[in-house]
Formats: sequence, C-alpha cells, structure tokens
Amino acid sequence: MTDWQPTAPIENLRRRGEILAQIRQFFARRDVLEVDVPLMSHCAVSDPFIDSIEVAYRAFPEAAAETLYLQTSPEYALKRLLCAGSGPVYQLGKAFRNGESGRRHNPEFTMLEWYRPGLDEQQLMDEVAELVMPILAVDKVERLSYQQVFERYLGLNPHTTSLEALKTETRRHVELAMDDDDRDSWLNLLMSHVIEPQLAELRAVFVCDYPASQAALAQVREDASGRLVATRFELFVNGIELANGYYELTDAVEQARRLAADQRQRAELGLPQRPLETRLVDALAAGMPDCAGVALGVDRLVMLALGAEHIDQVIALPFERA
Amino acid sequence: MANHASNQFKNGLKVMIDGDPCSMVDVEFVKPGKGQAFTRVKLRNLLTGRIWERTFKSNESVEGADVMDTDMEYSYFDGELWYFMDPNTFEQFGADANAVGDTKKWLKEQDKVMVTLFNGNPISVTPGNFVELEVAETDPGLKGDTAQGGSKPAILTTGAMVRVPLFINQGETLKIDTRTGEYVSRA
Repeated sequence: MTDWQPTAPIENLRRRGEILAQIRQFFARRDVLEVDVPLMSHCAVSDPFIDSIEVAYRAFPEAAAETLYLQTSPEYALKRLLCAGSGPVYQLGKAFRNGESGRRHNPEFTMLEWYRPGLDEQQLMDEVAELVMPILAVDKVERLSYQQVFERYLGLNPHTTSLEALKTETRRHVELAMDDDDRDSWLNLLMSHVIEPQLAELRAVFVCDYPASQAALAQVREDASGRLVATRFELFVNGIELANGYYELTDAVEQARRLAADQRQRAELGLPQRPLETRLVDALAAGMPDCAGVALGVDRLVMLALGAEHIDQVIALPFERA
Repeated sequence: MANHASNQFKNGLKVMIDGDPCSMVDVEFVKPGKGQAFTRVKLRNLLTGRIWERTFKSNESVEGADVMDTDMEYSYFDGELWYFMDPNTFEQFGADANAVGDTKKWLKEQDKVMVTLFNGNPISVTPGNFVELEVAETDPGLKGDTAQGGSKPAILTTGAMVRVPLFINQGETLKIDTRTGEYVSRA
C-alpha cells in the first residue's frame, strides 16, 4: 500500500511553507494581529448552501453527546473580536465544509481571513492585490463589476434580465435537467460555467458590486445607476475563485434578519436547522467598527503559485489519506 | 437499479441518461462563493461513444445503469457476431459489429478481453492493453538494420495494419499496444 504517502511532493510542501511565512510577514509589517479563534463552536454557519460538520462532545465518556460544529470560516468569531475592540485581525487556519471535495476542494482546508477597521471594500481590494501579486507573480489585478462581466461575456444585464431569459441563456451553454425559480441559481450557473473560465484571459480580476440578493454579510448600497448592489467582491485568478470580501454589515437588526432569513430558507429546502450564532448579533449591537473583511483560500493560492491542477498536489495528506 | 445522488458521483459510475447507459468520465464539484453547489459531469454514452457535459444540482439523483464489465475470452467469429465466453460460467455472449467496433482488429482466439454488458447484452469490448499478434504480410526484413532507422507497414493476422521497424519479417509475433495501435517489440 502506498496511501501512507503524502499526495503533495515535498518540494510543493516546502513552497507552501514559504507562502505561509510570506503571509505572516505581510501582516506583521502592517500591524494586523494574528489570532486563533475556535474551530469548534456551539453554533453553525447560517448559509443554507454551506453544511457544517457535526462533532459529538461528551463531558465524560458515558454522557449524552452534545452536538458542536466545526467552523466553516472564522468570520463570526473574528467579528466578535472586532466588536470587543481588537483592531485589525487575521486568522490563518483550518476551516471545514461537509461534502466539499473535488479538484479545488478538500473538506478540511486552509483559510486566510482578515478584517480591516476603517477600510472599505475598494481599499481592501488594494491590500488583497498587494498580498497576492508577489506570491503569484502577477503585475496587476483588474476590477470589473458583476454587471460588466455579464455584459462582456454574455451580453446581458444580470440585474434586469428576466428569470425566463436567464434560464434560456443558461440552457444554451449548460446541459441540465433541473429547474429553479431562484434567479441567483441561474446567475451562479452562468458565472461558474460560462464566465469564470473566460476570466482566465484577464489572469487576475476582482469582480465587485454583486446583486443585493447575493450580499451574504456585506452591506448593500446604491451603485452609480441607483441600483442596490452588495459591497462584495471576489478575486479570480486564472478563472479560479480565490477570495471573497465584503464591506461588512455592522447593523445588528439587519444581521438578525439575515440569520432568520437563512434559517427560513433552510426549512423550505428541507436542510437541517442548526443553532444560529446570536452572539454575533449581540456583538454588533454593542458596536462593530466600520470595516472590510475578506477570506482567501490558501490551498488554491498555493495551487496557483505552483501551477498545480489538483488540490491534492498542495495538501500533504488530503481527505482520503487523512 | 439504485439511484445515485450527485454527491456520490465518481469517475466510472454507470448511470442512465435519457434512456442510454453512460459512464462518468470526469466529475467536478462546483461551489459558487455564495449559493448552491453543482456537480459538473463529463459523460460517455456507452452505446454511441458520445462524450458531453451535464450539470446536476446537489440534491439531484440519477438512476444507475445495469452495466457490468466482465473479463471474458474471445472464442470465434461466425460471420455476423463475435462470441466471447465468461471463463467462470462458460456462458457465451454474441456481440455485433457495433459493440465490437475497432477492437475487432486486435481479437485473437483465447485472448482475454473486457466485455461490457448492459442488461446482459454486450455493448462494448475492450482489448487488453497489449496483444501479441503474428505478421501476415510485410516487405522482407533488412538484415543488419536492427536498431534505429525507418519503419514500414505490416498487416497482422487479424487484419490490423501497424508500422513496424524495417528488420521485422513475415511470420514473426509482435507485441502491440492497443491503446495507441503502435508496435512495442518482438514478442
């Protein structure tokens, strides 16, 4: 048997180690504090399309198990620190997502997430670019709005095109049997199947101003044309999604509303109801500084830096061998 | 047959798509930053050989196909069907030209092949990676020319045509790679 062996060549692990060191130096120079928030929590992420891995905690071996959850991102915990006055913080560590396994996914992966009080999402994009450009040997990162990439690669406006027209356009490019009345499902299909592969021609590009319906935990504001858009950006390199950032929602009432909305959507879809992180709402009510935050997939960053085709080439012992 | 949910998809899984048995050639998990996951699958239609892509929602499932790859021995050709025998059950299966396809040019009696059965009927025949076949016809070998230098066509006893080195003679048995159709060595 050879499955004791790492799937990543040792040379790749050495490069990976160097990149991790480079990231830590970057934040040390900028006085961003490295923190170490829990990977295991009593609460789970609300996002209906991210499934937390459950763990069974027992106070003693024969005790009834209490269900805890492996974190899918350190976001909630880091925001609680921001509300407690931590100032700029980052976490470079593991996150876990059930079922996410593939060429660019490992259920246990390494995530870099950081928050910058006083910066908006445009300024944070500058910082993300400064971090990744030297690692990836890229000399510039383009910026396009969500609307611009849809117009450029599909000739349609993602905000105003009718649901039926989105379905027709998707079916022109993608064979699928499913139907869905959620516009975002179709926009996501067009984005992932048609646009993302073509973004590779730009090498590195930030896509920003997502539809308000895809805000997640970003603020919503009016764009130049008066349309409500999410202050959210994603970084794509070689057509691969590498980072996702927001000008963060700081309104506790709106935060509570979005958690409840996610929980309702989970119920409608027959997905598990999980304890919501209401301490985040309490923290926001105590006051969160205006800030921008971003999460970046470190395994993918290493893949891109090394030109690796499969995530197993940059993870020492991936899921099947862990 | 059992149904397979999209999170159980993997390379080689055999499923029914629009009434035809298909094999998954490539399975990719697609997860947008926010929003539901998809599984993007490259499929090969096992009847027509067509390869194409289809995307499935995370909770979608498809019916499995009753497709079995079985090791068999090639027996004989009766002018219409090629007959293969399962060495465990001694059961004979007749495959038509459609199922045998290009593999016919590598078939030698008693050689082991893999026969793909769909609902008990052969739909494709895959030869071993290497076969040993005799040269039926080629220009006479050139003495001394045993190392490098040109090649010439040779027709094997099965009718297959391969490029061989100049030193090969009629009646010799050669090892051929069936995946590339290329000469490997003398057997």
